[in-house]
Amino acid sequence: MNHDPAGLVDAEGGRLLAALRHLLAEKDIATPGEIAERIAATERASPRLGAAMVAQAWCDPAFRALMLADGTAAAESLGIAMRGLPPLGVLENTPALHHLVVCTLCSCYPRAVLGYPPFWFKSAAYRARAVRDPLGLLAEFGTQLPAGQRVRVVDSTADYRWMVLPLRPAGTQGWSAERLAALLDAGDLVGTTVPTARERV
Amino acid sequence: MSGRFQPGAAVRVRDAWPERQGPVHLRTPHYLRGRPGRVLRSLGAFPNPEDLAFGRPAAAVPLYHVAFDPGTLWPDAARDGDLVVEVFEHWLEPRA
Repeated sequence: MNHDPAGLVDAEGGRLLAALRHLLAEKDIATPGEIAERIAATERASPRLGAAMVAQAWCDPAFRALMLADGTAAAESLGIAMRGLPPLGVLENTPALHHLVVCTLCSCYPRAVLGYPPFWFKSAAYRARAVRDPLGLLAEFGTQLPAGQRVRVVDSTADYRWMVLPLRPAGTQGWSAERLAALLDAGDLVGTTVPTARERV
Repeated sequence: MSGRFQPGAAVRVRDAWPERQGPVHLRTPHYLRGRPGRVLRSLGAFPNPEDLAFGRPAAAVPLYHVAFDPGTLWPDAARDGDLVVEVFEHWLEPRA
């Protein structure tokens, strides 16, 4: 994947990056191997990991309980690398409560289980509007909450990273975890959208 | 590390603006300063990011999930619902 189509890293930023890497190694803070390993782990992460966790929670009550109590432990139990990363908190949607995740201060996002954030998650418009007009924002994502379901906006300001455990869609009784996981995308896992029994991936 | 506030405690975010005094790194959003909230739960304790950001020794500070009524934050808040934010203990004061 080319993250630098304009070649900016090869220009001035490249020299700064090289100097920084050299200093990190010289001061024994991070070796080039450790940096490469972390970059590789970041690029491996994608919403498929979070989707697998949610699907597993829909099928397995014990996993669901673990995930709600300790998201990091639940992710690790599925083989997702969480070492050295911020703790993962999981927000349980119910028929009475829908969660919407935002980071107004910057762009905190549960990258370990969702990968890189969608471009809009980091936009000033999303960050400002999620806290002030969540229902208007949800409507623009095509999400209409049922009557009686309140919205709880979770502003991720500090040490946790938050993901949403959505409600299992109606009409999916007996489905396998793999089939359920295919119903989920990144928006469902931060609460801008809700999954239905229609495949997304 | 258990903090001074229990779940359900009525609190207020300090109406402090240290960014006016000089360079700082804060994790308490502007829109919460001086606003009333209620502690939902303790999230443990984490090194104070206000020191970490400047490479200073950082003591662990209790962190809470605090719930706010949007009607106390925005003049045009709609319907019911709430807003939940991670706030460090030194930004909270008890509210009667």
